Parts: sequence; C-alpha cells; structure tokens
Amino acid sequence: MTHELNARGPAAGSPKTATREAYGKALVELGRARPDVVVLDADLSKSTMTARFAREFPDRFYNVGIAEQNLMGTAAGLALGGLTPFASTFAVFAAGRAYDQVRQSIAYPGLNVKICATHAGITVGADGATHQAIEDIALMRVLPNMTVIVPADDVETEQAVKTAASHEGPVYIRLGRHPVPRVTPEGYEFEVGKATVLRQGDDVALVACGIGVSIALSAAEMLAARGIRAAVLNVSTIKPLDARTIVSAAERCGRVVTIEEHSTIGGLGGAVCELLSERRPVAVRRVGVPDVFGQSGPPDELLRFYGLTPENVVSAVEEMEGR
Amino acid sequence: MNAERRAAGRGGTGVISDRRAEYLEEKARLIRRRVIEMTAAAGSGHPGGSLSSADIIAALYFHVMRIDPGNPGWEDRDRFVLSKGHAAPALYAALAERGFFDPSELVTLRRTGSRLQGHPDCRKLPGIEASAGSLGQGLSLANGIALAGRLRGKSYRVFVLLGDGECQEGQVWEAAMSAAHWKLGNLAAFVDCNGLQIDGPVEEVMSLKSPAEKFRAFGWNVLEIDGHDARQIVEAVEAAGRAKGVPTVAVAHTVKGRGVSFMENQVDWHGKAPSPEQAERALRELGEGRSLR
Ligand SMILES: Cc1ncc(C[n+]2csc(CCOP(=O)(O)OP(=O)(O)O)c2C)c(N)n1
Ligand SMILES: [Mg+2]
Repeated sequence: MTHELNARGPAAGSPKTATREAYGKALVELGRARPDVVVLDADLSKSTMTARFAREFPDRFYNVGIAEQNLMGTAAGLALGGLTPFASTFAVFAAGRAYDQVRQSIAYPGLNVKICATHAGITVGADGATHQAIEDIALMRVLPNMTVIVPADDVETEQAVKTAASHEGPVYIRLGRHPVPRVTPEGYEFEVGKATVLRQGDDVALVACGIGVSIALSAAEMLAARGIRAAVLNVSTIKPLDARTIVSAAERCGRVVTIEEHSTIGGLGGAVCELLSERRPVAVRRVGVPDVFGQSGPPDELLRFYGLTPENVVSAVEEMEGR
Repeated sequence: MNAERRAAGRGGTGVISDRRAEYLEEKARLIRRRVIEMTAAAGSGHPGGSLSSADIIAALYFHVMRIDPGNPGWEDRDRFVLSKGHAAPALYAALAERGFFDPSELVTLRRTGSRLQGHPDCRKLPGIEASAGSLGQGLSLANGIALAGRLRGKSYRVFVLLGDGECQEGQVWEAAMSAAHWKLGNLAAFVDCNGLQIDGPVEEVMSLKSPAEKFRAFGWNVLEIDGHDARQIVEAVEAAGRAKGVPTVAVAHTVKGRGVSFMENQVDWHGKAPSPEQAERALRELGEGRSLR
C-alpha cells in the first residue's frame, strides 16, 4: 500500500505539533478504551505528557520518582501481572540509564511493556548533550524481541501508540519535544513494520524517520527543481525493518540517502546499510549526527549545526552524483 | 513488634506443628541434595547461595504458597521472584519436587537446549515467575506484580528473595522506597544474609551496615529470623500477612553452603561445582535420598 503525498514538502506555516503532545493525548484515549493500560513515569510526567493520563486515571498511574531502573522493573512486573504498562521518561534515561533493566527485565522475557521515550535527539535544545539521546535507536534495536518505532508526526504517533497497546511484546517508541510538521497523508494507517512511500521518484531514495521525514520531503522538492526525482520513504518502524519497501526503492533508484536525528552510527542509517549491503548493495549516504555529542542551543540552530537540513540532504545527493 | 519478637524467639508456640517443621526440613534437605547433584552434573553453577536459600524456598513452595503445578498460569496463584537468580538450582529442585516437571530433567541444568538455564528464564520453564540473573532487579519486578494484583482485585501474594551482596545494588533501594510508598502489604521479601558475596565477606567488600535498619527507615515491617528455621520462616510470612498496607522483609540470617561442611562459610563455593568425589562426600553428609540417576 503506497500513500502518496502530492507534496512539495511540508507546507511552510502548516501547524506543527510535538510528538510527545500526541502521545499524551493518545494515552488518555487509550486509558478510556483499555482498563488494562497503566502508565509509569519517573518525575517527568509534565514533560513526557503522561500527566494528562495521571489526571484522568490517578489509580492507574505510578510515579516512581527519579529512579529509572525501578521504572523499567516495575513496568515489567506490571506486565507479568497481566497489565499493559506504558513507561515514560526522557530517551537518554530510558535507553541509557536503565539499559540493563530494559534488556534483562523487559526484552529478554519478552514482556508486554511499552517504553515511550520523549525528548529524543538534539532538538531537545537548550538542555544540551546530557539530555539529548543520539544513540537510543542503536541501543534499542540490537535487543532481541524489541520493536522500535520512530513516528514522524502527531498523526503517526497517535496511531503508533494505540497500535503498540495491542501489539504483544516490548516496544520502544521514540518521541520528540520539538514541534514537527504533519507529513502523513490523509487516511494514513500506521502498521508495525511497514514503511510508507510518501513520494515517488527513481533517481534517489531518501529514507527517513522522525523529524528526518519532513527534512527529506523538503529536500525532494529542492531536488525536483534540479531535475532529480527523489523518492521519500518514511521508515517509522526501525525494527522490524520493512526490507521489501527499502530494497525495492534501492533497486529502482540505485542510490540511497538516510536522514535521522540520531548518530549516523547504528540508527536508521546503520540498519539500512546492513540491509542493503546484503540484499542490494547500492551507494548510501547517511545524514545524521556525525558521531559527536550534542550541545545547547535552539533546536533549529542545532539541526543546522549538525547538518540535518534539506540543503545537506541535497548536497549528499549531489556528492553521490559526483557533481 | 510482638510478631517480631515471637519470630525471633526460637521454638515456642510456632505457627506450624513439629511434624510440619520436620516435613519442611526434609524438603530442604532434598533440595540441597539436588543442588549438589545438579551442579556436579553441570560442572558449574552456584552451590553456596543455593544451599543458604534452601530452607526459605522449601517453606514457600511446600507450605506457604497457593500454587497449582498442574496449572502454572493460574491467575490467582501466589508468585515467587528469585531476585538472586544464581540460586536457580534450589528453585528448580523445589519446582520439580513440587510436580511442575519431572525431576529427571534436573540434570539438564545449564545444557544447550535445556529449560533449566543457568539463571531462571520465565519463558522457558513453567513455574518460573520472572527471569533473573542481573542482580538488583527482582524487587522492582515483585513490586509491579504486587501492584497489578491490587489493581486487578486479586488476593495473591508476592514473595521475593534477595542476596545480601545483591543489596549493594542501588535499584534494590529504589524498589524498597516504592514498595513502602505504595503500601504493598501483599509483598514479602526475604534477604538471604549469608554474609558472603563473590570477592569476600559482604562486611569487607562493601558493608551494608544493617539491612534491617535500612528497610525500616524506608518504612517496611522488618523481621530478623534464622533463615534455616522453618518455623521462623513460616512465622515471618504469617506476620507479613497481618501487616496491612505495609511490605514486610525478613532479614534471614543464614550460612552460605549450609548443610555441606566443607562448603559452609567458604567464599570459594559461591560459584564452583563440586567434583564427583566432592559431590559424593556432600551427599553422604546430607543423608540418604533418592538419587537422580
Ligand atoms: C548486576 C550484576 N552484577 C554482578 C553479578 C555477578 N554476581 C553473581 S552472584 C554475585 C554475588 C552475589 O552475592 P549475594 O547477593 O550475597 O548472593 P549469595 O551470597 O546469596 O549467593 C555477583 C557479584 C550479577 N549476576 N549481576
Ligand atoms: Mg551473600
């Protein structure tokens, strides 16, 4: 199923929403529909937006305090007790501080815990490197049993969160603090493990996730003006990766650029390289954070500083063309 | 406090009869024999901490817990989390003896393809409630299971066993704090205080000072018991049941390697299997029993 966005990229001035906002809203709706859904947080509920669920369902909300390891362990226990826990904190703490707990207490026993980590990537902004997870996709996707989802916008977040609740097993959903434009087309339906072709093209495939998708769409527009037809793929499930869609785009285009707000090592770019080097070796360029920690600054400035812009994607494509 | 004093006192008006206590001692002896046989057969494993936990595990599985070996997924069953997962041989022995699987499987411990993994795997073996092995995580799991029971209106109880060295993990105290905060009266923890960890005595490696005082400071109902006395173990569980809206911990004083003279209080026997000759000697000391083979 191909969703086409007849698009010229996200329209400037279109409303932007942070994916964490959509998460907060989706949780409340889930709470109404599903009595088995419980939510845990580690003293960041106002930032992760779980506070909305907490207000409406105080009996199904557990704040563990600033104790991320216990957050993951308690969530695992709640799953063992037959409930469907959503555990939230910042991505840097969910994937980093509590890595062993996620590995041993959640992924290994394959428990039904949904880790919804907000404030991923450099667009955290002013808080700086200590709060900017640039390695969480890599950490989570190497865990057996773990499903890894990076929604691109509010619509996809809402659907991914609701889908995750009905998906048996551990899921990591990566969310952002910074408002992002709507990129999913009208009538879009999220499916775990399904990438979406947002724009057709046969010269280069722009393979993106999260905020990278809107960057890719804008880049595709700029490339079109130069006579280069770029396909744009939204790979919102990093694991399991939609091999068929990605390989077929690589086959058609012969060149691939990956775009993500994550280290160029081990994230979407890494996953795509692993796949294509075995299944369809083509030239690949990875646009992302180039193996450095982040820093403080306004999100848009940081995106420019680390090269996460449509212009940068265009340069990567031109570089591949040898221009 | 009354319960505390009673539990601490030896003998007296126990909650179980002498016959019952003897029965539980016999089960613990059987578990100890199995621990020796299993680790010897595997050529590796953790006899010391398995032997020190045997009486607690025996009392839970043969007296205290509401469980149904024929229906291990029974929703209302009591749960046991072995946070010190390296004592798996003792737990496997209890489960087999209780009828969860055939005792002949015990000798497959640690072999490729075995359901009896080096540390417990809840996806492989019926009766295992939680996977464990990375120390410090079991109390959080037990908290979650206890919370789920309360939210779902279940009357099951949750038991968890920790090591004393394990209590050096920060997560144990994160979980201790929350169990009291959440008033988890359906939770009872045991700390197997055998005084030893891998690199030496807990006192020397990194002293906990008093685990009892620490749990008390976090708001727990705290008992100190002889962890090899079935009466005191059962009494502690009863006391935990009477303590409403507060989790109970039994700080259980034990001997690492208990029951095998040359293993007792020997740090070396933490994670080393007995040779065939050593196993034979150990089994002789432990007394007659049906052999596994
Ligand atoms: C997180 C973690 N760190 C280290 C180990 C290795 N290890 C296994 S047992 C053990 C000592 C445990 O001591 P204690 O809790 O006192 O157990 P017991 O004496 O009852 O065997 C250690 C360090 C581990 N399993 N998990
Ligand atoms: Mg010890």
